[in-house]
Amino acid sequence: MTAAIRVAVVDYGAGNLVSIRNALQLLGAQVHLATAAEDLVEADAILVPGVGASQPAMDRLHRQGLVDPIIERVRGGTWYLGICLGLQLLFERSHEDGAAMLGLLSGDVERIADAPSLPHIGWNRLEVRRPHPVLDGLEDGTPAYFVHSYVPVPADPSVVVAETEHGSRFASLVASDHIVGFQFHPERSGDDGLRMLANTLALIGGSIPDPAQAGQGRGAA
Amino acid sequence: MLLCRVIPCLDVKDGRVVKGVRFVDLSDEGDPPELAARYAAAGADEICFLDISAAPEGRGTLLDVVERTASRVFVPLTVGGGVRSALEMRDVLRAGADKVAVNTAAVRDPALIATCARRFGSQCVVISVDVRARPGAPGSWEVVVQGGRTATGLDGLAWIERAVELGAGEVLLTSIDRDGTRQGFDIELLRAVTSRVHVPVIASGGAGSPADMAAAVTQGHADAVLAASIFHRDIHSIAAVKAEMAAAGVPVRITEATA
Repeated sequence: MTAAIRVAVVDYGAGNLVSIRNALQLLGAQVHLATAAEDLVEADAILVPGVGASQPAMDRLHRQGLVDPIIERVRGGTWYLGICLGLQLLFERSHEDGAAMLGLLSGDVERIADAPSLPHIGWNRLEVRRPHPVLDGLEDGTPAYFVHSYVPVPADPSVVVAETEHGSRFASLVASDHIVGFQFHPERSGDDGLRMLANTLALIGGSIPDPAQAGQGRGAA
Repeated sequence: MLLCRVIPCLDVKDGRVVKGVRFVDLSDEGDPPELAARYAAAGADEICFLDISAAPEGRGTLLDVVERTASRVFVPLTVGGGVRSALEMRDVLRAGADKVAVNTAAVRDPALIATCARRFGSQCVVISVDVRARPGAPGSWEVVVQGGRTATGLDGLAWIERAVELGAGEVLLTSIDRDGTRQGFDIELLRAVTSRVHVPVIASGGAGSPADMAAAVTQGHADAVLAASIFHRDIHSIAAVKAEMAAAGVPVRITEATA
């Protein structure tokens, strides 16, 4: 029996945490809300959710003393899972309000170019650019649920796993080492979205040492 | 390209689904989360709860219903019916709803739309509008409130444009003339609205067949179609509706359940 993946869902007042917590728990993860740096210590993965603008989000993360601890932990090997705004915060600068963000990935966040409507709300397709374990068992063109106006523009195109078209194509799923970012909401994307989250947990589970071999109990679920 | 949504709507009263839901093999057929889960599994792109509780106790129960639904249904959830203030909207969103539809309260106090859009974002705020054709005035509709019982004198198209200007991120447009008739959507009404606003429009009222739902999109330019009775009574499945829409060239989300 494997230990449950411990996910710290960052609670910084930027949107609803109910759905993502429910989805992760349904998939067997051990979820706790993180409001301060010490809440990140016992986590295999830090999940940053969120909707809204970058600067207020960064301000709140700073106020809660979470910015440096998140950066340090992720540089130290803890997984970072970003959803929507949580994905955008991974990058360096937002063109929405000039916010300086976490900078764990290089590139900026920009408004969707030539969008027929904004915000981009609803179901749209993931066009797979390269195979990735998060998409195991899912077809090219799988629909996912989006609610946003801004998108990441990674400096390194190799981090792009999938793109989506809404007037122009943008990166909708990015991954690099132990960072996975969803521009859509997997927790609102039906069975396919749950599958992506389950794949992500499996990926994290395969990357952390077996607690029995490592000689330290991690509280098997 | 955004896919067209198919949305089953459930009327909820005092925490139970009312209005003729007849899934034969469902033991607790009146439980909203159970039915929502069932629809999600059948390929619904979004679920809509319309709370028709009259008493405040019923509204407390609604939050519990939303919470229980959010713990097991992983498609977007829209909740409407009787939301009168930003605080009430906050509570419904916190319980796990993705969007909240306002109707009568917004007609009484249009500033409610702006307040909610500012606090929660336009993407959370759906303006739900019930209209009735004005007799002898083609191309003109009047807003009715309180579940279609009270005429307001307001022009439907003008009100919708105003609501969108105030920050509503989506329009749930119901033709009271067609509601429950299964005679098809009011295409003329849909065209009038979709040509005037740039936010998504959900067609409601009159769905009788998968062909009606395809027509709401191909002719009425709706972004989503909502129906109650044809799904509840198992007259047509979500899969059948999506197949018809796909055949008409409408992009839809095909899941294993709908394939």
